[in-house]
Amino acid sequence: MKIHVDETSREIHSLRTKIGDWVIIFICVLIAIICLLPMLNLLARSLSSSEYLVKHQVYLLPKGLNFNAYSTVLDDPKYIRAFGWTVLLTVICTFLSLAVSTLCAFPLIFEKLKGRSVFNVIITVTMFFNAGTIPNYLLMQKLHLLDNPLVLIIPGCLSVYNMIILRSFFYGIPDSLRESAEIDGASYFTILWKIYLPLSKPVLATLALFYAVGRWNGYSDALMYMKNKDYYPLQLLLYNILNNINSVEVSTQEGFSTPGLSESLRAAVVMFSTIPILCIYPFLQKYFIQGVTLGAVKE
Amino acid sequence: MADLEEQALQAEEKPKKPEKPKKEFVPKSSAGIYLKRYWQLYVLLLIPLVYLFIFKYSPMYYVLIAFKKYSIVQSVSEMPWAKNHGFEYFIKAFQNKDFRYALRNTVFLNLLDILAGFPIPIIFALLLNELRLKFFKKTVQTIAYMPHFLSWVIIYGLALQLFTPTDGLINMLIQKLGGEPIHFLDNANNWVGTYIGLGIWQSFGWNSIIYLAAISGISPELYEAASVDGAGRFQKMWHVTLPCIRPTIVVLLILALGNILGSNFDRPFALQNNLVLKNAEVISTFVYKNGIKGLQFSLTTAVGLFQSIVNVIFLCIANWFSRKMGERGIV
Repeated sequence: MKIHVDETSREIHSLRTKIGDWVIIFICVLIAIICLLPMLNLLARSLSSSEYLVKHQVYLLPKGLNFNAYSTVLDDPKYIRAFGWTVLLTVICTFLSLAVSTLCAFPLIFEKLKGRSVFNVIITVTMFFNAGTIPNYLLMQKLHLLDNPLVLIIPGCLSVYNMIILRSFFYGIPDSLRESAEIDGASYFTILWKIYLPLSKPVLATLALFYAVGRWNGYSDALMYMKNKDYYPLQLLLYNILNNINSVEVSTQEGFSTPGLSESLRAAVVMFSTIPILCIYPFLQKYFIQGVTLGAVKE
Repeated sequence: MADLEEQALQAEEKPKKPEKPKKEFVPKSSAGIYLKRYWQLYVLLLIPLVYLFIFKYSPMYYVLIAFKKYSIVQSVSEMPWAKNHGFEYFIKAFQNKDFRYALRNTVFLNLLDILAGFPIPIIFALLLNELRLKFFKKTVQTIAYMPHFLSWVIIYGLALQLFTPTDGLINMLIQKLGGEPIHFLDNANNWVGTYIGLGIWQSFGWNSIIYLAAISGISPELYEAASVDGAGRFQKMWHVTLPCIRPTIVVLLILALGNILGSNFDRPFALQNNLVLKNAEVISTFVYKNGIKGLQFSLTTAVGLFQSIVNVIFLCIANWFSRKMGERGIV
């Protein structure tokens, strides 16, 4: 008798677990859909023909499939130029930032380094106290960096947060490796180049992703410091496009409908400036999870 | 026994280790020998330190213009001090209705962000932790991380597609179901909801990473013990998982509260428009519009300084509080 009761209760228990599992799977699918929905809608719009867009019939699948909007974008030198410039900018910034971060993180792991705690304080203070927008602007003016393409590269070339991630990773590399190299008479440059950097490839990949995403997505520095439209990064160009089209839309909202092509064109431009990052990040997932976790480990 | 012996051996070996480097590396404290050995490290540090001094520390000098009457032709030291012992512009800022709105909105939007947005990554991490199919779990994670990689300009573009009253996806669905279109983006009150919602959408997946990492560090023995005691799924979540990740939660919550007057620029600036400024103007956008666009340098520097100082004070209080509660500090 007792055994029988036990079995039924176990069955009920496992049934409850199973239902629970399915409920959780359902919620997760729902969450994934919420994340993807706006992108799907965007893709559908960018590929739809204007007659369906004007009639408000495009939901998640393109209707009247065509690539006109994309060919318009790709034919427009304005977009191609901004795209190329932003790619170039992102590549330069990423390499420069990685180099500066490494230079900053590596010496700080040596406990014997005199003044190490002073350097750490100097670095940490900048994380919490910022001079502010206007003092920064006046500095750029003083350095003749306003309207200079370098202003999009140099001021952002070290993120202390990212540097700390790298430093945490360096701490995790066994001291014995370094010490044996020191005994062999290797210089610190060699130790960094031959031992630390090769071992840090995963975390360097993470930082590269963080820096690249930051530069690709950033627009406020260009908005504040850059008047020359030739050097606008893609995101700022996109911001201006979205707002111009939007203001036209507001003024014509009553009466006649918005022109369909500009609608799909707008979707295509947004898509065009998103795709590079969406293609890269899934492959680096393993690494950036580690990076975020390292960032949480502060000294 | 064997284990004990091994431990004893290890214990014996350990103190030996630090001796070696001492003999080999630390020279008898002559500056010359020290530098001969370590100059390379200082050379490496040179570039980052120069960078920090130029781009992070030297602008702090310009903070002085908050207390001075700004003029283009004079250098900072030549500018005359402002009235009221230099605090003229701070007083002016607080008399300025737009600034008071910006201050109110900054605090209000940040509080709403914490209230609505803080628990969601935790819940999401708990849900993900229950998924047993590795592939499915990884797919959901990848999709949930995606919005973090979109810029706010792109998210604004997406929001336009979704929320435009005439042909946004959401409003098309509402109209199909017989409802009236909702002005998500150009009604000041609805805008607040849209702003918070988009913020959650963008960051919940990314913010769950840290909780997932904390959860993966929990010893499986705790769950086994709970199972033996007959705990169900929710009891395990409540009595095992949550208490174990409590330190992480507390530290992140305190960090968020300490940043209550902080204001990011990209998000509000990309999402706001003139129709909703009443609720959408925050300190960072106020400074940009009145300072860089409006050239009221002294006023906006004063505003920025006020914000920075209050922020540092809040962070210190938060840090102190965190330690007081027996958790790890953040600084």
